[in-house]
Amino acid sequence: MGLRLALETTTARALGGLSRAAGRGGGTTIPGKVLWKLDPEAVDLLAARLTEGVAVVSATNGKTTTTAMAAEILGERQSLAWNRAGANLMSGLASALVDARRAEFGLFEVDEAALPEAVTRLRPRVVALGNLFRDQLDRYGELELVAERWRTMVGALPPETTLVVNADDAVVADLADGRAAAIRFGLDDPTHARTRLQHAADSKYCLRCGHPYDFAAAYLGHLGDYRCPNCGHARPPLDLAVRNIELRGLHASRFQIDAASGQVEIELALPGLYNVYNAAAAAGLALASGASLEDVRSGLARFSAAFGRFERIPAGGKSVVLLLVKNPAGANEVVRTLETGIPPVLVVALNDAIADGQDVSWIWDVDFEPLLEHAQLVIVSGSRAAELGLRMTYGGLPADRLEVEPSLERALDRGLGLVEAGTELVVLPTYTAMLELRKVLTDRGAVRPYWEGRS
Amino acid sequence: MKIRVGHLYPDYLNIYADRGNIAVLARRAALRGHELEVRAVGLGDLLDPGAHDLLYVGGGQDREQALIAPDLAAKADALHAAHTRGVALLAVCGGYQLLGRGYRGRDGSFMPGAGLFPHETVAGDSRMIGDVLLECELDPGARRPLAGFENHAGRTLLDDGAEPLGRVVYGFGNDGASGKEGCRLGNALGTYLHGPLLPRNPWLADWLLGRALAHAGTGEPPTLAPLTDELEAEAFRVSAERARRRGGRR
Repeated sequence: MGLRLALETTTARALGGLSRAAGRGGGTTIPGKVLWKLDPEAVDLLAARLTEGVAVVSATNGKTTTTAMAAEILGERQSLAWNRAGANLMSGLASALVDARRAEFGLFEVDEAALPEAVTRLRPRVVALGNLFRDQLDRYGELELVAERWRTMVGALPPETTLVVNADDAVVADLADGRAAAIRFGLDDPTHARTRLQHAADSKYCLRCGHPYDFAAAYLGHLGDYRCPNCGHARPPLDLAVRNIELRGLHASRFQIDAASGQVEIELALPGLYNVYNAAAAAGLALASGASLEDVRSGLARFSAAFGRFERIPAGGKSVVLLLVKNPAGANEVVRTLETGIPPVLVVALNDAIADGQDVSWIWDVDFEPLLEHAQLVIVSGSRAAELGLRMTYGGLPADRLEVEPSLERALDRGLGLVEAGTELVVLPTYTAMLELRKVLTDRGAVRPYWEGRS
Repeated sequence: MKIRVGHLYPDYLNIYADRGNIAVLARRAALRGHELEVRAVGLGDLLDPGAHDLLYVGGGQDREQALIAPDLAAKADALHAAHTRGVALLAVCGGYQLLGRGYRGRDGSFMPGAGLFPHETVAGDSRMIGDVLLECELDPGARRPLAGFENHAGRTLLDDGAEPLGRVVYGFGNDGASGKEGCRLGNALGTYLHGPLLPRNPWLADWLLGRALAHAGTGEPPTLAPLTDELEAEAFRVSAERARRRGGRR
């Protein structure tokens, strides 16, 4: 390490420690912000020192979970530089690099918009791309804008970089069209297909000719087995296929992965088809990074939950389950998972900070209705609680089964007071609401702060 | 009474929670003893000028808008005929742009619209994003506020003498300069405001329902029984506060 880089990283580390010591939260991005400001090229140098190289993950939904799964698979045999708390802008990546002094392999989730710069600087050997859904239009703009940036980014990748893409997403799959170094993953189990596309489905018109695709199976939003009846453009053959999926309610799933190197049975302690997709992406990334199918199996078997994503936190003889919601596609899958056992009391929290999206119209694209029919009480909370209350009301929830409590802490306590001892309270928060609720629980000693690792 | 709603291209134009607007119209109609019957009018479908009491056109992503634009332009005569008969109409964002004469892209291309609203839209080099507060006066003497969220790169320029939907109190509006937002042409309203617009602005939902009922056979817009609208008022208050915090017209 050059003297200048050594000085910079030491200063940055010291600031991160100071920030934590001062009780200012995780200090997750403070060292990185300093380094990123002092010398952006230091990031390139720190990444180049990772002897086993770098892999990056991006997607609208599932970045944090996919990366955490890959970390579980790959972290057994090598030391990782990994942005575990989801700080996924350049400053967050810089922090993870500064923090991990003896790391051999870099594993980073990257914000969709920051991906091109991250790829230029980190020079990853594997780039895993999960999906593109409409998401916080006020921040990211339309889906096509992100897709266009990714096309440019992929066009500039060296031929030896392996692209891991979701074949079930037409826009994402197309990025690997004609590429030799690629793993195309997807689901191949029509028993889990929906009968029709969801309301919020995005990329449902043929990329080549604009005609609506026919879906032999539509699994999640617009993800599925598509074919254009007009020009024949279709899902590419799968290099990594997920078959024989068994979803076990709110707790687990089981499935088989067929890859070029063989077949493996996966047990995953996470519910929902969206986590099957995350696991497939993580498996593809890990295989492309040198892991074996056995590493994939054992890593996924050890995996529990990523930060705030189906995280269970004990709270005085009961527990709180946090299910992050942030856009229609993700929220629809959370709702679909809950349908297997609709909780009697539900807290849904909508904040409108920049990180949540200041435009809250997306809640109207979420199909909350299956929950509203059965929930005995829905407590809406957060800075836009009234807006959420309207969504539930106009969705058919009677006034006597709706409570509006903008204070997150009071909503949490109200919910906890209503669920029976030994059971759990299900909370669906947006990003900053999740952070705030986690802080309330941290302050009460129920959960360790996230910078100390998994709780 | 039955209110017949024609929802144009719901498969293509649905990006800003347009179904929230429809849900509000349906429920508020039902609470007053009326029934909303919503029919999709899609690509290639014939638009019968007398078949609807209310027409709704939402917003889409650029790609989807480009896919339906030629079809909408081909429905121009039917739209004009329906408007002349007094149909109530709400067009939001992309739908609002496409009901004007057309959209001029940054590359100089021109995408013709249906030519109902007296305006033309020009692509700008930045997006105008954020909460907006307007003051409207749809009926003489009845000034009412309207709160929504805008996110558009197009600058919509109203013809001289054309009536906007409202005056911008906070936010950008049509073009970020004129202080005007949206367009009002008789019973047809076009706007950039989503959020969606109607849940937090119930008076506008009722205004549209009144015009639709008049078209359906009551002759004059009937007086609709007031609803409590407490949550609606609170959602409006928060949204208007966001716009106010954003500051004056920029």
